[in-house]
Amino acid sequence: MIESLLVSNYIFVLALFVGSELISKVPPLLHTPLMSGTNAISGITLVGALISAGAGHSWVSAILGMLAVIFATINVVGGFLVTDRMLEMFKKGKKRG
Amino acid sequence: MTTITTIAYLLSSILFILGLKDLSSPKSARRGNLLAMVGMLMAIVVTLLDKEILHFSFIVIGLIIGSAIGVIIAKKVEMTAMPQIVALFNGLGGGASAFVALAEYFRSNGVLEKSTTVSVVISLFIGALAFAGSLVAFGKLQGFFKSIPVVFKMQKSLNLLLFASFITLSVLVVIYPANSTGLLAILAVALLLGILSVLPIGGADMPVVISLLNSCSGLAAAATGFILSNNVLIICGALVGASGMILTRIMCRAMNRSLSRVIFGAVGGSVVGDVQKEEERKVIRYTEEDAVMVLESAESIIIIPGYGLAVAQAQFVLHELVKTLIDKGDKKIRYAIHPVAGRMPGHMNVLLADANVPYDLLFDLGDINDDLQNTDVALVVGANDVINPAARGDKQSPLYGMPILNADKARSVIVCKRSLSPGFSGVDNELFYEPKTMMIFGDAKDSISKMVKMLTS
Repeated sequence: MIESLLVSNYIFVLALFVGSELISKVPPLLHTPLMSGTNAISGITLVGALISAGAGHSWVSAILGMLAVIFATINVVGGFLVTDRMLEMFKKGKKRG
Repeated sequence: MTTITTIAYLLSSILFILGLKDLSSPKSARRGNLLAMVGMLMAIVVTLLDKEILHFSFIVIGLIIGSAIGVIIAKKVEMTAMPQIVALFNGLGGGASAFVALAEYFRSNGVLEKSTTVSVVISLFIGALAFAGSLVAFGKLQGFFKSIPVVFKMQKSLNLLLFASFITLSVLVVIYPANSTGLLAILAVALLLGILSVLPIGGADMPVVISLLNSCSGLAAAATGFILSNNVLIICGALVGASGMILTRIMCRAMNRSLSRVIFGAVGGSVVGDVQKEEERKVIRYTEEDAVMVLESAESIIIIPGYGLAVAQAQFVLHELVKTLIDKGDKKIRYAIHPVAGRMPGHMNVLLADANVPYDLLFDLGDINDDLQNTDVALVVGANDVINPAARGDKQSPLYGMPILNADKARSVIVCKRSLSPGFSGVDNELFYEPKTMMIFGDAKDSISKMVKMLTS
């Protein structure tokens, strides 16, 4: 258990560095889509919610899991769609007008 | 967890990273978002196929309700409302992490490894804090309640007390994991702390707060990953956590504010400056006609939009003006965007893109500031603090040190503004009294519409 915890920590710290490198290359022009995009990605907690809602150990955790699924799905679906809507507008910018 | 699941999680992590990489250019950004979507879909499908999941009824109900609400919000939202929508989504993500932490705790009946209990506590705390804080931010931005800072005595002490009780409760929960009261108390403390720490924060400090909450919801997801020993959650959570932290730092720097001053300071609204002095000084009012004459004869124009532009919904008619001017003569017209021109990082760029402004006309503070001195006209619409020369020269000013757009260095300056009232910082702006500055008072949309009409007739 301790070993897997250590591995998780390795992964966490390395991912923090990867994230910092990636994000610092994003121009201010795209900071809003970046934010709503990463926001949608943080909805990955949906994966955890699915496990909680579906494991079926007790009613309490199933209900909590379902609420988590609803919240996280709004986050994921809404987040990605709204990001796409914004980025589509930036694409149009290519033709000068 | 099966090998296939693990490999699929690795693939979706790679897709998320590639997606974020694509966001570094407007050309590839949309593909990047699509890659992230595919990564998410893959992670979800693989999780559903995993044999850990026994009951699908709750999941299906949850997915249907969540998707429907998500689609409706995403389709309907106005671009001006983007900050509050991001805050809302963000809060829901944080809330979901908190729910998962609770569900996992109850699923195990409190029989958890010590390290897992620590993760439960952290995920619950950060998730609930992000949830409550984001909802308050949403409410403020949406105008449900006043966006002015709500300050009361002992606020800092109360927050500190709450944080101390969180630490104490956490220690108790980790020592006696079977007692669920402690965990519920942590939930209550986190919600209260989330509300109390965002309430005192004023409208213009919102970019910092939203970035910070974004980071929190990412870290909450990562903590949830620690509970479930799920690496895709840990990786995504860390990516988002890092992203939020970087944006927070950029926003703090752009506002010349340290993070602790944003959270504990509630600086906004305090009126500095001598009222007497303001009354004595006269500003010369100009008309739209005067402005049109100056604009027509100018060869180079740099437009500096501020949040006032968005409030007046004048971005569309402003672009109309730009097009008309370009049609009339060979002019070089560009937009200069200050990092905190909107209510969230990069917000102004989205608003202008919404008004069909090509993104190659949008320039960041650092890229265009040196050009302002060679420019005929700086056209300022609804901005104030971000062009206040006091930030450069006046060591007494609260704005001193804040990076500003050097509008005062342009050959002439036109300022469209509702009134002479000071900006968020409460500081008077010298630039408005300079002889080369033309002040046009009124609603930005009306003023600019008048200019367009004069130009076309």
